[in-house]
Amino acid sequence: MTTKQLSVFLENKSGSLVKVLDVLKSEGVQIIASTIADTADYGIFRIICSQPEHAYDVLRNAGVAVSLCDVFAIELDDTPGRAADTIGCFAKEGLSIAYLYSFLLEGKGVLIFRTDNIDRATEIISRYGFQFKLL
Amino acid sequence: MDKSSFFNPEFETLDRKQIEALQLERLKATVAHCYNGSAFYKARFDSIGLKPEDIKTLDDLRRVPFTTKQDLRDTYPFGMASVPLDKCVRLHSSSGTTGNPTVILHTQRDLDQWANAVARCLWMVGCRPDDVFQNTSGYGMFTGGLGFQYGAEKLGMLTVPAAAGNTLRQLKFFKDFNTTVVHAIPSYAARLYEVMVEKGIDPRRDLKLRTLVIGAEPHSEDTRRRIEDMLGVKAYNSFGMSEMCGPGVAFECKEQNGMHIWEDYYIVEIVDPDTLEPVPDGEVGELVLTTINREAMPLLRYRTRDLTRILPGDCPCGRHHKRLDRMKGRSDDMIILKGVNIFPIQIETILMQFKELASDYLITLETLEDNDAMTVDVELSDMFIDDYAALQRLEREITRQLHDEILITPKVRLVPKGSLPKSEGKAVRVKDLRKKY
Repeated sequence: MTTKQLSVFLENKSGSLVKVLDVLKSEGVQIIASTIADTADYGIFRIICSQPEHAYDVLRNAGVAVSLCDVFAIELDDTPGRAADTIGCFAKEGLSIAYLYSFLLEGKGVLIFRTDNIDRATEIISRYGFQFKLL
Repeated sequence: MDKSSFFNPEFETLDRKQIEALQLERLKATVAHCYNGSAFYKARFDSIGLKPEDIKTLDDLRRVPFTTKQDLRDTYPFGMASVPLDKCVRLHSSSGTTGNPTVILHTQRDLDQWANAVARCLWMVGCRPDDVFQNTSGYGMFTGGLGFQYGAEKLGMLTVPAAAGNTLRQLKFFKDFNTTVVHAIPSYAARLYEVMVEKGIDPRRDLKLRTLVIGAEPHSEDTRRRIEDMLGVKAYNSFGMSEMCGPGVAFECKEQNGMHIWEDYYIVEIVDPDTLEPVPDGEVGELVLTTINREAMPLLRYRTRDLTRILPGDCPCGRHHKRLDRMKGRSDDMIILKGVNIFPIQIETILMQFKELASDYLITLETLEDNDAMTVDVELSDMFIDDYAALQRLEREITRQLHDEILITPKVRLVPKGSLPKSEGKAVRVKDLRKKY
């Protein structure tokens, strides 16, 4: 029950982000959520979007350094403390998270995270009764 | 002319006619020595039917084929020697492991003559036996170490072979040993001043520094003046290359206007790098040198690939040995950074071993706060993986392997595929933004 996420390698230079966005725009791909993690020299632009496989193909053809990977999307009630509860369970189970970001969609919180251990994450999410979010 | 301003007055005060007579005598001897001693030169001469006795005038030198760095590589390690190896007492070799390095052999006489040339240079800029000379060059294979060491000893100075790095220790030596003369590459001289400021040392008040010898790194007249102002010294430009022994080939006199090349050691030609025809004095071309005072491994018409010109006219210092202008660049793609010679192919060879990288790269050289630095931009291949830790490991591993090859730690920057500039047909590999020339 994972969601496809695009990861784009961006140079720290003006214009590099807009180039990626323009490609997605011209293909009618809609971005649902995105985040940029940066270092001094480069950034990684992570995107949840419509038609991720298609978006991946067109970005690659446009010469963009991009990868497609599986992340988890969990739906949480929009009330204080839900993230703490969720991450608390992962911590208790010893599941390590590479990175995480969140956003609100239709009045619900959505938590996106990546872990190396997909099977175990799936098992934990089901056992604790968390809701997978279909994006 | 006061004889005491010369270390070798009998050679330094020769007029043009005397220089040329001595050169012809030494050239004939050198050519015969190469022909009889070196299989390489014998084959070269025989292939064009040239005999040593055909060289009757200095102009006849132009009948001798050029020697190139590639010849040195092809005959690695000992193929160009003109004496048996048991007559040799030292070798210096270039760095780098990707191609054959170059090796220069020396007999004891060669080393003595080399030390004499360096001593002559240092004497010319005012060094005397009561000076204390501190050398911040790396020792070992790097000729700026041992070359200056033996020259300074020959002159009779107290020498401090501090070697490279450890700036705080260098400063302590300056202070404790009353160092008056320092040899440093220009960027390190600036670094020394930076640390002095940090440590509250005023070089004019707290130190005895008087003379700085700089070289091995391209630098501008502005840079020299800035270094002189910072440290309160006179800074003199030095030119050398390992193929010609090392330091001591050409050196500025107190006029600080061009470097006298010792014409009792070398015959100088400046040629158009494309046509290989000589250019008139004053015009820039490639420096071609013939050693006429070397035993183990003389080089005939060696193409240095350095671009420079002969400064026309006489020098008020009384020496008639020709003066070379600052080096204007290279006629090949060799990079000189912090005194280290680097060919882009060395860097390329390392980069191509990483499957994570695409084939384009860009080497940028720039002056950052008076320090010359190298950045290597490398393009990621299609195999981009969203994993920071892996990207950082990759950066570190590339940096480490480059350092092992070129002995300098570049800054490695990962960039997306296709983002590096390309010129028509041929990719631009080196961008030199340093303040120089």
